[in-house]
Amino acid sequence: MAKILAVDDSASMRQMVSFTLQGAGYDVIEASDGQEALDKAKGGPVDLVLSDVNMPVMDGISLIKNLRQLPDYKYTPILMLTTESATGKKSEGKAAGATGWIVKPFNPDQLLNTIKKVLG
Amino acid sequence: MSIDLSQFHQIFYEESYEGLDSMESCLLDIDCSNVDMESINTIFRAAHSIKGSSGTFGFKEVAAFTHVLETLLDQIRDGSRDIEPDHVDLFLQSVDCLRNMLAQLQAEEPVSTEQSNELIDAFNSILDGSANSESAGQSECVKSELENAGSSAETSSVASDEEGGESIWQIHFVPDENMLRTGNEPLRMFRELRELGTLTVTALVDRIPEFEGIHPEECCMGWDLLLDSKAPKSTIDEIFEWVVDDAELTISEVAGLFDTSVSVEGVGNVDSENDVNAASESITDQEPIQNVDVVASEGKKNTPQLPQKTPEATSIRVGTDKIDSLVNLVGELVITQSMLGQMGEEFTMDKLARLQEGLAQLEHNTRDLQESVMRIRMLPISFSFSRFPRMVRDLSRQLDKKVELVLVGEQTELDKTVMEKIGDPLVHLVRNSLDHGLEVPAERIAAGKSETGTITLNASHQGGNIIIEITDDGAGLNKERIRKKAVENGLIGEKDILTDEQVNDLIFRPGFSTADEVTDVSGRGVGMDVVRRNIQELNGTIEVSSEEGKGSVFTIRLPLTLAILDGQLISLGEQKYIIPLVSIVESLQPNAEDVNHVAGGCDVFKLREDYIPIVKLWEILGVEPSTKELSESLLVVVDAGADKVALVVDDLLGQQQVVIKSMESNYKKVEGISGATILGDGTVSLILDISDMVRMAGAYHQSSKVVSINGRHRAA
Amino acid sequence: MTLAEKSSLEDSDEKIGGNTLVEDENLEQYLTFIMNEEEYGVDILSVQEIRGWEPVTPVPNSPAHIRGVVNLRGIIVPIVDLRAKFNLDNVEYSPLTVVIVLRVAFDDGERIMGIVVDAVSDVYGLSLDDMKTAPDLGDHVNTNYIRGLASVDEKMIIILDIDALLESDMRDPEELKVVH
Repeated sequence: MAKILAVDDSASMRQMVSFTLQGAGYDVIEASDGQEALDKAKGGPVDLVLSDVNMPVMDGISLIKNLRQLPDYKYTPILMLTTESATGKKSEGKAAGATGWIVKPFNPDQLLNTIKKVLG
Repeated sequence: MSIDLSQFHQIFYEESYEGLDSMESCLLDIDCSNVDMESINTIFRAAHSIKGSSGTFGFKEVAAFTHVLETLLDQIRDGSRDIEPDHVDLFLQSVDCLRNMLAQLQAEEPVSTEQSNELIDAFNSILDGSANSESAGQSECVKSELENAGSSAETSSVASDEEGGESIWQIHFVPDENMLRTGNEPLRMFRELRELGTLTVTALVDRIPEFEGIHPEECCMGWDLLLDSKAPKSTIDEIFEWVVDDAELTISEVAGLFDTSVSVEGVGNVDSENDVNAASESITDQEPIQNVDVVASEGKKNTPQLPQKTPEATSIRVGTDKIDSLVNLVGELVITQSMLGQMGEEFTMDKLARLQEGLAQLEHNTRDLQESVMRIRMLPISFSFSRFPRMVRDLSRQLDKKVELVLVGEQTELDKTVMEKIGDPLVHLVRNSLDHGLEVPAERIAAGKSETGTITLNASHQGGNIIIEITDDGAGLNKERIRKKAVENGLIGEKDILTDEQVNDLIFRPGFSTADEVTDVSGRGVGMDVVRRNIQELNGTIEVSSEEGKGSVFTIRLPLTLAILDGQLISLGEQKYIIPLVSIVESLQPNAEDVNHVAGGCDVFKLREDYIPIVKLWEILGVEPSTKELSESLLVVVDAGADKVALVVDDLLGQQQVVIKSMESNYKKVEGISGATILGDGTVSLILDISDMVRMAGAYHQSSKVVSINGRHRAA
Repeated sequence: MTLAEKSSLEDSDEKIGGNTLVEDENLEQYLTFIMNEEEYGVDILSVQEIRGWEPVTPVPNSPAHIRGVVNLRGIIVPIVDLRAKFNLDNVEYSPLTVVIVLRVAFDDGERIMGIVVDAVSDVYGLSLDDMKTAPDLGDHVNTNYIRGLASVDEKMIIILDIDALLESDMRDPEELKVVH
């Protein structure tokens, strides 16, 4: 089954995302900031990265840029989780190489729907 | 797929409270003339995070409120607005407001929005009053969200023109009952939508009446639609054009994919001006407009009854490093156990050395494991200290004093239970230092001190204890006034000779209050006696030292945990008792010439400058000692606060850590005993309650003057 | 406690588990023990286990019938000497002296306590009809602690209200404090 790296500094969001994805049969690796995610990403390829934008240590945009530099992650789908008011973040994310975005707040169905779509 | 989101609520509350705490502490540190961007980022992130999670978990009031907060913070963060002291005050009030809202949610009470609505108005007037063109658009958008802009479809009419990108639209569509009568057929609309992309339809059937009540011409259903489509929003809007006015309709873009031909190869430098604009436009129309109605209407319904109770957290967050070390230690323990088990099966005397080695290993493992388990309950004292910056700020304004608060040793760890119980005494002591200790600026200047007073909270480890010092550079304790008051209250006689230490200690006596007038700050009916009692209940001590005109230092000494105690095992006749090591000043063999008999029945012992009452432990504990000759016994000098007594024991046996067992769970509180423990041989040994000992010694020899000064009196 | 455990402690008493142990819904089971040649009964549901006598750690400032506390698998359990409680003559404790560990329900929760008795006797099924209220038994037994008297095979059994009996020791911690 597909492996997903879920990155969010909010533990509740991370739990909710993991729970939803695992319930749908995905393997989930969690990280609480961009740096941790990058370290975990280097540990082996995943099929999809789901990342929050605003995070301490390393934010989501830098994470995407860094991931795109890794050979393993050149074509990996990366979805960013963004809030509707984060003006400009979406285009920044696009510029950095994000595949798409999911608007916070979202519900589990929306999340799964988008992920299924990306993973085909 | 339906997931019960409530299972994530507890962790949401915890992280939100933590976020608010860090927000508060950053806000308190902000110097508006020299803003540290990292603090602003932290504050923004906390608000942003609470907004995102609260929205996801359906706490709409919280999400709507944090949204406004975030908008202003975002402007400050991107430099389009400077932070002002008024903003800081407003943000601090918002922190309080959010804490209240969270507490209400946690207690499953209706959320009061009166306070948050007032704050939202205040934020909006800041945002509206902005002449800054860059932020005007944003404040507009906030306003439209909050003003409940009638038809929702209208406000979201800006089309997303993102070329090539694919979006997921969430459409919430609940038509009026009479829609079918106007010739609008939902199936037709859904068919049209399906032509735009992949459509998922969920019917909302909760409005459908009982069978008898069904009217075939009425539409009682609603739908939640998810549409994957490359179509712009304007196309979707068109489909609903005819029913917009007769339906509850929201169309929002909940997710999307960028045009892959651009995004995959694009590493940072691909974007055109056009894309940026398009993206930001599409973002502005995703406001969750339906939330606003709920906020506004519930705000009217609920009378604001702010609950002041903050629900006590029952869970504890443990760093994974602590868990990992625990897992490792258990692994080692299992290895040792299997090694010993194997040896036991075919034991011969030639393996004795290895057996002893194995047992030593087991002891080592057990001790490590014990320490590790204890560490799980340890939290840095910053959890307790964190409330003080805010408290000192508010109090100093209230009292017109200038105060700098210095926190030292915030990373010092102690047991969670001890931390919870030390909170109130600390608050009381800090209030006390601020109220009674520090002088007003004029007095300070007159005394040749700087206008701003300093209160220092310093935590450190010392052996198995944590020491917390509350130091102020205020006026110090007024010994004359304390004395006078104590004489008035009959605590001491007019002619009693007291050392400075003993005078200072009088403030911990029940019913003692040195403030000439009761202020709202300290005059809360709680005296220092309660502070001392609370600390003693934790097996701790508190004492005060003070220099007139220079300030005071309150020193609290606490065990790191309530579960384990460093004890001195002593013997008395056939019995063994534990004396808490923290109370022991020294142990010695008395010289006959240092022991004096005071008229009235008490022996005192001269230890350097002091005369210390001798307590014959066997009398208090009712056991037969091996000798009643003082010269053949040992004296253990113990101290509880400022009172010292010398306990007569047969022998000192050894020091060891003991696990404290409650006597109360199956029996009751026993005078002179604070608990029990189980020794290595399985027998029970009682732990002596030193403050009880000192008091009982006083009671035992009540006629003696010396002891009645030293012995603590109880509230009648 | 199982009966097997009990009989192993009680091998001197051949009546153990005798024909009085009848399965009947209306009957309540009582464990009886001997003190000063009288037989007393306690509700068997409150009995946790039966142990041999072992030395206790005396507790200061406690009444004489509180012999002390023992370690019962890691918890501290007080031991009440029923002879002392009933003002009977003290006897020397021997390895045959028995401690009945009871779960006692007080208003503020359940506690575990041990009572020292001379010997455990038997288990009987008794119904409320078998029980008669106790007459005044004189000074040494307070009738408040007695639920009733029952006769089995011409013998009288004093059924104790164990909760009421032991609660007086646990309550009012102030009463023993040194008066200032």
